[in-house]
Amino acid sequence: MDSVRRKKSRLFGKKAGIASSLILFVWSAIVIFPLWVMFINSFKDRLSIYKNPFWLPEKWNFKNYTNVLKEGNYLVYFRNSFLVVFLSIFIVLVLGSLVAYALANWKGSIPNILYFIFIAGMMLPIRIASIRLLGIMKSIKLINTIWSLLPIYTAMGLPIAVFVLTEYMRQFPKELMEAAHVDGAGRLKILVRVVMPMMRPALATVAIYNLVPFWNDLWFPLIMISEENQKTLLLGVTRLFGQYQTDWSMVLAVLSLSALPVILLYIFMSKQFIKGLTAGALKG
Amino acid sequence: MHSSYNRLEPRGFYWFLYTIPALLVYIFFMAYPLLDSIRLSMYSGTYSNMTFVGLENFRKIFFDSEVSTRYVNALLNTVVFFLYHMLVQNVLGIIFAVLLTQRGKERRNSIYQTIIFIPTTLAILVTGYLWKLILNPVWSKNLLDAIGLSALAQPWLGKESTALTAVSLVSCWQWVGIPMMMFVAALRNISEDIFEAANIEGANRWQVFWRIQLPLIKPVVGIVAILTFVNNFNAFDVVFAMETANGAPGYSTDILGTLFYRVGIAGQHPIGIPNPGLGAAIATITFLMLIAGVIPVLLKTRTKE
Repeated sequence: MDSVRRKKSRLFGKKAGIASSLILFVWSAIVIFPLWVMFINSFKDRLSIYKNPFWLPEKWNFKNYTNVLKEGNYLVYFRNSFLVVFLSIFIVLVLGSLVAYALANWKGSIPNILYFIFIAGMMLPIRIASIRLLGIMKSIKLINTIWSLLPIYTAMGLPIAVFVLTEYMRQFPKELMEAAHVDGAGRLKILVRVVMPMMRPALATVAIYNLVPFWNDLWFPLIMISEENQKTLLLGVTRLFGQYQTDWSMVLAVLSLSALPVILLYIFMSKQFIKGLTAGALKG
Repeated sequence: MHSSYNRLEPRGFYWFLYTIPALLVYIFFMAYPLLDSIRLSMYSGTYSNMTFVGLENFRKIFFDSEVSTRYVNALLNTVVFFLYHMLVQNVLGIIFAVLLTQRGKERRNSIYQTIIFIPTTLAILVTGYLWKLILNPVWSKNLLDAIGLSALAQPWLGKESTALTAVSLVSCWQWVGIPMMMFVAALRNISEDIFEAANIEGANRWQVFWRIQLPLIKPVVGIVAILTFVNNFNAFDVVFAMETANGAPGYSTDILGTLFYRVGIAGQHPIGIPNPGLGAAIATITFLMLIAGVIPVLLKTRTKE
């Protein structure tokens, strides 16, 4: 009787296996299709994307890319985005480590309150404060520069940094810190020389968690920056999209160029990406 | 040994110094602007010339027909947008997660997982623009004709009756990776023994899902619902990319994010001058709705854990 039942459940499993592969395959096709269309059509010219929209170009044409790179200010946008994102993440990691180090070693109820205040920021949508932030940036004269984004992104990134790094520091072996202390190292030095090198994986998680939303942020550049040479990549994409609207192959080259860095990074580090991007919510 | 251990844990004030830089940034660029937005919602006028008007902005939003028509429309669209994400994005997220945690197919699973997550790493502005081109019937008609689906070649983004659905589905396509991965992590935490027991009892896949897996991942369902709620009520980019900040056609895709942008930041047709007080009032109501929505769900899923 038992064996019959087991056979049945296995049979069911086989059918379900085919169905599940089919579902995953179809959805993957739906994911890849637009990206495929974007990429191959960016190598065509203005008219051939209508004649042959979904297959490889008859003649590979790299003009769209050279045009975008030459006249489109693309490299300026890219540099601005890179600078802001890189610096913001760096500041988040430094300030977050300092906080986490303090909260993990500090006894009493104040650190718990501070921890709660920082963590609450994960749920606070900072966009709601946009109008006020606009006023603040005007009064400290950062409006219309990429530097206005730096403190905003830092504030956005701190909650997750405090969350992940404090968890990590709490589990950090006290004996190691103590040994360094006996050797005469100051507490700040212990953080920099002993603790931070060992928590590189946690720092990487925080960095990746923030990388995607900072890089892909449109909202704050849109409301803060109108100066052409201060625009970030995405803000530049909105401009180029309007400018090339009649030439879709150009538009697709712009979109490919802005998607490519992230896709490449993701393909090489997909495990870290997925872990990083879902880190905040798992325990929260 | 003991004394040196104590030296490593000095008085509170020392540790407080470590938190000051972060606290300053956090307070000055997060906490203060959030709270001060609420104060700002009780003022009217332009940035340089503000006068206190009490709750006048809120009265306008709900009772001044010109403002409230737009607001109610945006609120309802946001609710529809949110429901699409709950029903399509999160349900697909659970389905994919269950399929991707099947034992004995680790290689296949990891490939599909990587693919399904790709859009999540891209800017929705970029994918929104991309879908805007693809959904244009001028372009897709040939292919759809060829595979016998000519009926699908329609200006989905140009019709008031379908635009919001199209925009919502693109957003679901984009973000399904996040709930999927959260459910995958939750499902992997379920002990193997339970499945063994269920198998011996003769339970089928369907029963295993409804009676075992779903109840056990309930806390994560709650977190996903909260995240979806918070993100959707702050959404902006996808509508901006596909239907402009006006929520075209005919405000049919206007959501709270785009309305907030037009009223408080960009300035709205026909006046073209931003109204920070009214914008802040719209943001404040969103803020209160988020708090009212998040806290009960948080408490409920926490206690059931």
